[in-house]
Amino acid sequence: MITQPGFLASEFPPGVDVFDYKSLIPSLEDSMWGGAFTKLSLLVWMAVAIVIIFFLVTYRNPTLVPTKKQWLAESVYGVVRNNIATDIIGPQGVRFAPYLATIFCFVFVTNLWSIVPFAQISPNSHLAFPVVLAVLTWFVYIGLGIKKHGVLGYLKHSTVQPGVPWWVHPILVPIEFLSNLILRPITLAVRLFANMFAGHMILLVFTLGGVALWNAGPLLLKPAAFGSWAFAIVMTLFELFILSLQAYVFTLLSATYFQSSIADEH
Amino acid sequence: MTGSLNVIGYGIAALGPGIGVGLVFAAYIQATARQPESAGLTRTYMFMGFAVVEALALLGLVLAFALS
Repeated sequence: MITQPGFLASEFPPGVDVFDYKSLIPSLEDSMWGGAFTKLSLLVWMAVAIVIIFFLVTYRNPTLVPTKKQWLAESVYGVVRNNIATDIIGPQGVRFAPYLATIFCFVFVTNLWSIVPFAQISPNSHLAFPVVLAVLTWFVYIGLGIKKHGVLGYLKHSTVQPGVPWWVHPILVPIEFLSNLILRPITLAVRLFANMFAGHMILLVFTLGGVALWNAGPLLLKPAAFGSWAFAIVMTLFELFILSLQAYVFTLLSATYFQSSIADEH
Repeated sequence: MTGSLNVIGYGIAALGPGIGVGLVFAAYIQATARQPESAGLTRTYMFMGFAVVEALALLGLVLAFALS
């Protein structure tokens, strides 16, 4: 065992390149479609299929006394509708509940891939996927604001704070413009991306670190490898907590942005 | 000694958000201790504040990888 070269340990510490996946169709590898069908896009399609099929199956024969499956689907939707949409946006928030519930389920299932055995990577650990979701929310809340206040009205509504001395405005308006209209989708996307990225990285550090310790020379280091692997399991459970929290936070912040767009003049 | 200076930079960048996240949760615990029935009401705002503060630390993490 000591003389055996550590083939995995040579990849320790893991770098950014562990997130690169080859095309699942080998003939496409070098063409422009090389990145179009990788493990990550397969996982996204599967997540979409799972969400659609789950809700179709659980709600095919809705009964007054819900079955277990129906109860699960209803409580997922109910949490988003009552605890996010109605609580944040108010009574008229119910009309955003389908959008928010879709976002929540999609982000949750794609995040969940990061701890499912054999998948072990979340598509959201590539910036491209969260960016699409964040841009979608961005379009929706800007569209809502323009619909409610008009273009100039919405610009004034989101940048000019009332009750501020006039000489503060030259500083405050650019800051408010940046933070409300430019930085919101960026932080929304980066938050989800970085959480999944860091989570995958931490799991890799503990599992590959265990291999590196096992392959390292001294016999005394070998028990430490089991400690490292045990911690990888603990970190997987922690990751489960983080990924649900991020799905919740993404939905919550989307709802907050909708609320700020359709709020009356303050 | 080899390594990336970005790691030290990220360590420093995580200080502020670390304190911030601590303050968010401390305020929530204090509010709940003073008025237990407000726990459900303020939980949403706790998560919102936590998410906003945490974004700073994560931006630092991304930049530590991006600028290497």
